[in-house]
Amino acid sequence: MTQLKEKLLSSFIAFEDQKDIDSYVHGIRTKAIKTFEKEGFPTKKLENWKYTSLKKTLNYDYKLFPSETKALEFKDIKKYLIDDVESYKIIFVDGKYSSHLSETTHDGMDICILSSALNQSKYDLLIENYFDKISKKDGITSLNTAFSSEGSFIHIPKNVQVDKPIQVIYFSTGKNESVFYQPRNLIIVGENSQVEIIERHQSLSENSVLVNSVSEIYCNVRSVVKHYKVQNDKINASLIDNTFVSQERNSDYSLHTFSLGGELTRNNLSIAQNGERIESTINGITIIGENQHVDHNTLIHHKKPNCNSYQDYKGIFGGNSVGVFNGQVMVEKEAQKTNAFQSNNNVLISDKATINTKPQLEIFADDVKCSHGCTVGQLDQNALFYLRSRGIPEKEATALLMYGFANKVLGSVGIPQVKNRINDIIAKKLGVKIGFDI
Amino acid sequence: MSKYTEDDLKKELETKEYEYGFYTDIESDTLPVGLNEEIIIAISKKKEEPEWMTEWRLDAFKKWKEMSEPEWANVKYEKPDLQKISYYSAPSNKPKYNSLDEVDPELLETFKKLGISVDEQKKLAGVAVDVVIDSVSVATSFKDTLKEKGIIFCSMNEAIKEHPELVKKYIGTVIPKTDNYYAALNSAVFSDGSFCYIPKGVKCPMELSTYFRINEAGTGQFERTLVVADKGSYVSYLEGCSAPSRDENQLHAAVVELIALDDAEIKYSTVQNWFPGDSDGNGGVFNFVTKRGLCENNAKISWTQVETGSAVTWKYPSCVLKGKNSVGEFYSIAVTNNFQQADTGTKMIHLGENTKSTIISKGISAGKSQNSYRGLVQISPRAKNARNFSQCDSLLIGNECGAHTFPYIETKNKSAQIEHEATTSKIGEDQIFYCNQRGIDTEKAIALIVNGFSKEVLNKLPMEFAVEAQKLLEISLEGSVG
Repeated sequence: MTQLKEKLLSSFIAFEDQKDIDSYVHGIRTKAIKTFEKEGFPTKKLENWKYTSLKKTLNYDYKLFPSETKALEFKDIKKYLIDDVESYKIIFVDGKYSSHLSETTHDGMDICILSSALNQSKYDLLIENYFDKISKKDGITSLNTAFSSEGSFIHIPKNVQVDKPIQVIYFSTGKNESVFYQPRNLIIVGENSQVEIIERHQSLSENSVLVNSVSEIYCNVRSVVKHYKVQNDKINASLIDNTFVSQERNSDYSLHTFSLGGELTRNNLSIAQNGERIESTINGITIIGENQHVDHNTLIHHKKPNCNSYQDYKGIFGGNSVGVFNGQVMVEKEAQKTNAFQSNNNVLISDKATINTKPQLEIFADDVKCSHGCTVGQLDQNALFYLRSRGIPEKEATALLMYGFANKVLGSVGIPQVKNRINDIIAKKLGVKIGFDI
Repeated sequence: MSKYTEDDLKKELETKEYEYGFYTDIESDTLPVGLNEEIIIAISKKKEEPEWMTEWRLDAFKKWKEMSEPEWANVKYEKPDLQKISYYSAPSNKPKYNSLDEVDPELLETFKKLGISVDEQKKLAGVAVDVVIDSVSVATSFKDTLKEKGIIFCSMNEAIKEHPELVKKYIGTVIPKTDNYYAALNSAVFSDGSFCYIPKGVKCPMELSTYFRINEAGTGQFERTLVVADKGSYVSYLEGCSAPSRDENQLHAAVVELIALDDAEIKYSTVQNWFPGDSDGNGGVFNFVTKRGLCENNAKISWTQVETGSAVTWKYPSCVLKGKNSVGEFYSIAVTNNFQQADTGTKMIHLGENTKSTIISKGISAGKSQNSYRGLVQISPRAKNARNFSQCDSLLIGNECGAHTFPYIETKNKSAQIEHEATTSKIGEDQIFYCNQRGIDTEKAIALIVNGFSKEVLNKLPMEFAVEAQKLLEISLEGSVG
C-alpha cells in the first residue's frame, strides 16, 4: 500500500510535466495530490470502509500508464457493447481514446472526451464551473483528480432530448503488466434535457487491473438522466467507482448498477438534492460467487423540501463472496415533506458467503416519511418444491426463483436491449439456458 | 376557551421541572477527587475487600490507562474530566439495617419523595428492593423471604465478602475488564451495586429491584450489577434511577452483567430517569452504561428499557446467544427532549444454532434533542437457522430535533433469516384532529398517540413499572405538538 502510494506520488511530477502547467486544472491537480498524500488509501479503520479492505487489491505492482497498448478491432469488443441498439459510443482502450471504435458528436451537444474539453479554450467556462466541484475530497477521489486527464465529456445544452443512448466503455488490454487507471467523466445535462448513459469497464487482460473511476454528473432544472452501470468484469479486475450527482429542482436522476463480476467492486455513490421536487432512484442487482467482493456505499442527501428518493438493492451471494451495503439517507432540517424509501434484500446461497448491511437514516426534519427495510434470507423451499413438482429441474427452478427475486429491479430499466443483456448475463451466471424474458 | 397552542405546550414543557431534582442532606463520606492507584486501593480498603478484588481493580485500572475515550457515538458533549470526580461517596456511618425502622429517617424521606417508598412497596407490591445511593447499597428489603428459596440478593460489596466463589467465577466473564473505556473505568472504581443469584430450578417469587440515586455533588456513580440465573431458574429484575438537579454534568458509568445458564430466563427492566439537564441544556447526567447478557442452551434474556432521562445516553444492552435455541429480546423506548442526546440500541450476537432475537425500538424526539438507534445483529458461521426481527420506529415532534438509525447486520450463515425495518414519522395532524373532534384535548391526544406508539414495549414491562413508565412518557412529552 505504502509502496504504491510512493510510486503514485513520484509519478505525479512526471505526469504533470507533460501537461500545461498554466491551466486551471493544474491547480486542482496539485491540490488533489497533496490531499492524497495526506489521506492516503482508505483503510478498514474508516467507518465507511469497515467491511472492505483494499490491502490485497493494492498489493499488485501496478503500472500507472501501460507501456504498450493493443489495437482493438470492432469484432474484439462487439460482445461487450450493447450492439443491437443505435447509440453514441465513447470508447477508451488502455486509458486512450479510440476514435475508430467510437461514435461521438458535436452537433448541438458535446458527446466527446475530457482531454479535448480540457485543451480547448471554448470549454474553459464549463470546466471552471463544473470540473471537480462536487466530488468528495477524500484520498481515493483526490487520487483520481490528481491524474485526471481522460474520460468522457458529455454536455447537453438546454431543451435537447438526446436521440439515442450513450455508451461509455473503458477497455484494458495490459499484456504483461498490471495497470491502475484513473478515468474521469464529466456529465452536464442542461435544462429540460434528457439523456441515457450506459457505462462499463472491461478488462481483456490476463493481469490484474484496478480502475479508480470518478464521475461528476450535473442534472439541471427539469432534466431527466437515466444511468446504467454494467459491472461484469473478469475475476482479476477490480473497480472503485466514485459517482457524484448534483440535482437541481424538478430533475429526475435514476441509476441502475448491475454488479455481476470483478474481484472487488466498490461503488461510492453520492446524490445531492439541491432543489425542490426532485426524484432520485437508485437500484442495484448484485449476483456474485467465488471470492468476489461487492460493496455499495450510497448517500442521498435531501436538502430541500418535497423531494423523493427511492433505493432498492438486491443481492445474491454464493461461494466465498462478501457483500456489503451501506446506504445512508440524510434529511436536512429544511427538507420537509421528504419521502425516502430504502430497501436492501439479500439471499445467501452458500455457507461461506457473508453479507454486511447497514442501512442508515439520519433525519433532522419532522414532516417526513422515511422508511427502510432490510432482509437476509434464503430461497423459499416451498416455492422450490412447487416448481420441481411441476417437472422443472432443481437448477432451473433455483435460477427462476433467484431471477424472480431480482426481477423487480430490472422492471424499471428503460432500454429493453439493456434489460435483455442483463438477463443473458444473469442466466449465464446462474448456469442455466433459459430466457427470462417473461 | 382559549386555544391551547403549540407554544403554550412548549412553554409548559420547558417549565416543567424535573420532579426528582431534590437533594437530600445526608452526611456522607466522600473520598478526595481524582483517580490514581491509591484511590483505588482506598476504595477497596473502605469496602473491606479481599486481596483478589483489589488486584482485579488495579489490573482494570492499568488497562484503562492505555485506552482512550470512544468517539464513534452520534452524540456531542464535553468530555468529563475524570480527575475532577470523586470516585467514592457513601452515606456515612453506614449501619447495618435489619428492618426499615432502623433506617435514617432522612433517607426514608428521600425514598418517599422518589415515590418508591420502601415500606409501601413492601406491603403492597411484594417487590424486594435494593436501594443504592451514590453507588452504595443502603437498604435491601425482603432478604429473609428470598433466603428461604436459596436466592441471594444483596449488595455487591456483601457478595464479595460472603459469596466470593460466585463473584469470582462470574464477574467480568460477560463484560471483560477491557471491553471498553467506561467498562474498564467501572471495573477499577466501582463502589457497590447489586448481586443476585438464583439457584437451580428456582422461580423467583417476586420482582427484584434496585433503585439508583446520585446524591452528592461532584461525584460519579459507578455501580456494578451481576445477575446469575442458574439452570432452569427464572428472575425478573427491575432497575430505576434518578439524580438531583445540578448545573454540572454528573457521570454515571455502570456495568450490568447477566448470566443465564441452561434453560434459565432473565427479564431485566430499566426505567431510566436521570436528571436530563435544564431546558437550556445545562447540567444533567452523562449515562455511559455497558450492559450485556450471556445465554446458554435454551436460555432467554429479555431487556426492556424506558429511557427518559440523562443529558447524554450511550447504552447498548446486548445479548450473546451462545447456547443452542437461546433467545434474546430487546424492547426499548427512548424519549429525548430539550437538549438531550441518546445513542442507544442493542447487539445480538448469534453464536449457537436455532437462536432467535427480537428487537423493538421506539425513539421519540422532541425539542432540540437527537435520538439515535444503533444496533448490531451478527450471525456467526456456526449459528444455523438463526432468526432475527428488528423494528425501529422514530417519532419526531417539532422541527428542531433529529432521529437517526444505524443498524449493522453481519451475516455469515446462509440459513439465517433476518428482517429489519425502520420508519420515521411525526404525529399526524389528522390523528390529533380526530381526537379533538371527539372531545379529547390536544395534550391528551398526544399522550394517547405516544402511548399507542410505544404500546409494544410498554406491554413488556412488569405491572408496577408500566404504570410509572406511562406517566413518565406523559411528563416528558406533554406539550410537544407535531
